[in-house]
Amino acid sequence: MSIDLNTPSLRTGTESVPASDGPQTAKEFTSDQEVRWCPGCGDYAVLKAVQSFLPGLGLRRENIVFVSGIGCSSRFPYYLDTYGMHSIHGRAPSIATGIATAREDLSVWVVTGDGDALSIGGNHLIHALRRNVNMTILLFNNRIYGLTKGQYSPTSEVGKVTKSTPMGSLDHPFNPVSLALGAEGSFVARTIDSDRKHLTAVLEAAAAHRGTSFVEIYQNCPIFNDNAFDAIKDSQTKEHAIIPLVHGEPITFGTRDETTGLGDKALARSAGGGVEVVETAAMPVEDLLVHDAHNEDPSTAFAISRLTDSGYLNRSPIGIFRQVQRPTYDDLARAQVNDAKTKATQAEGNDTDRLTKLLNAGDTWNVG
Amino acid sequence: MSQTKQVKQLDRVIIRFAGDSGDGMQLTGDRFTQESAVFGNDLVTLPNFPAEIRAPQGTLPGVSSFQVHFADHDILTAGDRPDVLVAMNPAALKANVGDLPKGAAIIVDTHDFTKRNLDKAGYAVNPLDLLGDANDPLGDFQVHTVDLTGMTVEAVKEYGLSRKDAARAKNMFALGLLSWMYGRPTEPTTTFLENKFKKSPDILGANLTAFKAGWNFGETTETFVVRYEIKPAKLPEGTYRNITGNLALSYGLIAAGVRSGLPVFLGSYPITPASDILHELSKHKSFGVTTLQAEDEIAGIGAAIGASFAGSLGVTTTSGPGVALKSEAVGLAVMTELPLLVIDVQRGGPSTGLPTKTEQADLLQAMYGRNGEAPVPIVAPQSPGDCFSAAVEAARIAITYRTPVMLLSDGYLANGSEPWLIPSVDDLPEIDPAFATAPNHASAKALAAAENGGDGEPDEFWPYLRDPETLARPWAIPGTAGLEHRIGGLEKGEGHGNISYDPANHDLMVRTRQAKIEAIAKSLPPLEVDDASGQAKVLVIGWGSTYGPIGAACRRVRRAGYHVAQTHLRHLNPFPADLGEILKRYDKVLVPEMNLGQLSKMLRAEYLVDAIGYNHVRGLPLKAAELAEAIGQLVGEAEGINVDLGEHGLNPPADHEEAPLR
Repeated sequence: MSIDLNTPSLRTGTESVPASDGPQTAKEFTSDQEVRWCPGCGDYAVLKAVQSFLPGLGLRRENIVFVSGIGCSSRFPYYLDTYGMHSIHGRAPSIATGIATAREDLSVWVVTGDGDALSIGGNHLIHALRRNVNMTILLFNNRIYGLTKGQYSPTSEVGKVTKSTPMGSLDHPFNPVSLALGAEGSFVARTIDSDRKHLTAVLEAAAAHRGTSFVEIYQNCPIFNDNAFDAIKDSQTKEHAIIPLVHGEPITFGTRDETTGLGDKALARSAGGGVEVVETAAMPVEDLLVHDAHNEDPSTAFAISRLTDSGYLNRSPIGIFRQVQRPTYDDLARAQVNDAKTKATQAEGNDTDRLTKLLNAGDTWNVG
Repeated sequence: MSQTKQVKQLDRVIIRFAGDSGDGMQLTGDRFTQESAVFGNDLVTLPNFPAEIRAPQGTLPGVSSFQVHFADHDILTAGDRPDVLVAMNPAALKANVGDLPKGAAIIVDTHDFTKRNLDKAGYAVNPLDLLGDANDPLGDFQVHTVDLTGMTVEAVKEYGLSRKDAARAKNMFALGLLSWMYGRPTEPTTTFLENKFKKSPDILGANLTAFKAGWNFGETTETFVVRYEIKPAKLPEGTYRNITGNLALSYGLIAAGVRSGLPVFLGSYPITPASDILHELSKHKSFGVTTLQAEDEIAGIGAAIGASFAGSLGVTTTSGPGVALKSEAVGLAVMTELPLLVIDVQRGGPSTGLPTKTEQADLLQAMYGRNGEAPVPIVAPQSPGDCFSAAVEAARIAITYRTPVMLLSDGYLANGSEPWLIPSVDDLPEIDPAFATAPNHASAKALAAAENGGDGEPDEFWPYLRDPETLARPWAIPGTAGLEHRIGGLEKGEGHGNISYDPANHDLMVRTRQAKIEAIAKSLPPLEVDDASGQAKVLVIGWGSTYGPIGAACRRVRRAGYHVAQTHLRHLNPFPADLGEILKRYDKVLVPEMNLGQLSKMLRAEYLVDAIGYNHVRGLPLKAAELAEAIGQLVGEAEGINVDLGEHGLNPPADHEEAPLR
């Protein structure tokens, strides 16, 4: 048997969160704690971007909660002057699920890493995405275990030589975006720590989305996996390595044509039903693949995600892969509770009266 | 016809309904129990069923049973040995006959005593064919052979059901027969069936007809010449209902939410025998209860911790294997000092163990099953109805002291039932969450300003600045302006709560967390000791569901003319403040447990007392008569006398749980 849940109307990610009284500054969002990441760590750039982006959301600072698990990136909440919890390894999405479900008036953020989210916490990640709980998950992917000092991670490439894999890693890596799409994430994006502008734009879109927003952030670990993202960061190569995804525009990259603005390489439908890279010039413009992040069917987004190298990273689509509206678990859960409470209160009075009635329900008898 | 029947007075009866898993024995037992409850008897029940949903039909492992003990006085256990066995097939007879005392009555449904079923049960010869023979294996019992199924099928003919469906009403025939035999009121069952089968008039008709046919059969047949009367029990005044432990626990959690004004948030993963709490709470959203069926045990507790951080009463329900998975998260709640209830409905272990059977072997897991020094208060209910107040008490401790609390129920309490004196909601303790609303610490800057005429008032929030009395930290929930703070699993600096790796601070924090839990003892009432004569040299101490058997065993010892004291622990951590002094008053201390001596170990470690264990791990409640003999032996040793419990121990008559001596 199934029941029509009478889905509440869809809203933006933060509209149930109270607005701040006036403009706020990055400084107000910066805690008094000394930041303790290694010099040159990509986490600094993300922290700065978040600290300067948060005031712009216009939300009351006390209504923002950052939750993290374990790993280098999971120290993040300590550096923000919001509410926060640095929890246990892999479990941040479950804790955030409790927070977001219990409180509609909070903006909930999860900060996690490739080991935290995809290895020990893989189950919670996919189920948060499946449920579509209203929260934003920032997955810092440096493709290595940093805090435990340099073992391979679930996103490390096959053959990776690390302390725990002196003869090369045997594990086939996860592509986080593919995984999130497979789990039916309603907002799935990828960005880069060093591209402040793109990072901020993606974070803004993620915060505005109601549901679980999943953002993979390529993040460099200068100590244990330096230069992992060189190809997409180097000004010489990045134009050929980054496949930018912009909703409503043909997906092209490589050397840009100054008049058309199109790159010399593009994505098109392949004969096998997937997506392939083609020479832009060899195709009629109308046959180039136009990015549709709002497509209900995630197949194309998934096909695009597969263009990411799973070995040393020479090429990767960047941007919002998918953004679709679907009811969130927490809205529905609150609606069930509120409806039941309202109806019962009207019909049978306050909690105490109803509890008395409940305890005395069924077959009772009196003694004395 | 009924005038020809004799009516015999009894003070108590134990009936066990046994059949195949699909025979509806749990329902039959439950209905008989409700009838007895409404009639006003005191009662205790013991359901016993296999872990398999549909175990192979007709086999010994597939036998499901329900034992109900009802009496005209207050009773404590479901009884050691049934006076009456209702056996619906050969396997049910074979699996249960060994528990019967000499002279017990057996009512057998002859219909299923076919070659095939006899083979499955391992009977080479049909024991019913040997009745009255010199080698009659059932010679010690009064056996009544009745074709329950055949008569049921005949009685419900008019409804045109398939033979299989018609035969399914046989449990109602059996219920009708037993209801007649013990003078049970029929209205509760009639009303129950009318509600249950509202939408299937034929099935309803068949069940009602079978029920009435069973009753009428008793009245007319010459097989049964005696009816029995068990008068209502004289229980304390008030309104009663029959309740199982899991239901009482669910209601207790709802009550804790109402009395604290906090929304209850349950994060749970289904597991036997705890799932019924998830089911029940899911029905009560109208009390602001949110239930999340999580992806796994860890997510269940994770979500509950998140909800607690956000200002709800976070609860997670599970059994032993689930506690193992949740341990790290419990540690997080210890470190972050958030209110949280961890409900462990214990079952046989280790590993998957005995999912549907009872045990109390998770005490040390609850006490010590975490990394680091991670003290957690432990509360245990002692009877099904007591699960209600145990839940309220666990919530009081969790909220007042900002700590996870373990509540240890067990499979017997969860599924067993007893009459429950319904409390008045207004009499339940009020629990004040006392959320922090303002800064609690004056910064150096504020203090400096005070020198120059500033007010020196607190201007910042320290999440680990404690209440001097309870040592509880402030609970500041998101949405409270000015109290923004971060907590986590890393060690906290005293007061300010920032990460600290300072050796002296860690030592202080470890001791402070321990001291906070120990301080809970100050809020506990003195321990009650039942030592009526004041002359006992032996104290029997237990915890959890052994309360009933221990109480019944002590009554036996006293009836036999000996002295014994009894006390039972609601709080396992911390222990009540006066426990040490009480233990030292007695020459010998006996600790009956359904484990290998976990409370014994704790008492020995804490009080250097020579606690003597009495331990059974059979997946079943302790048996009162056996325990009485063990107590008697100890009384003999302590007093230097010969103890003979006579009929109050293991000697016949079998089971005679009596009212306490007053």
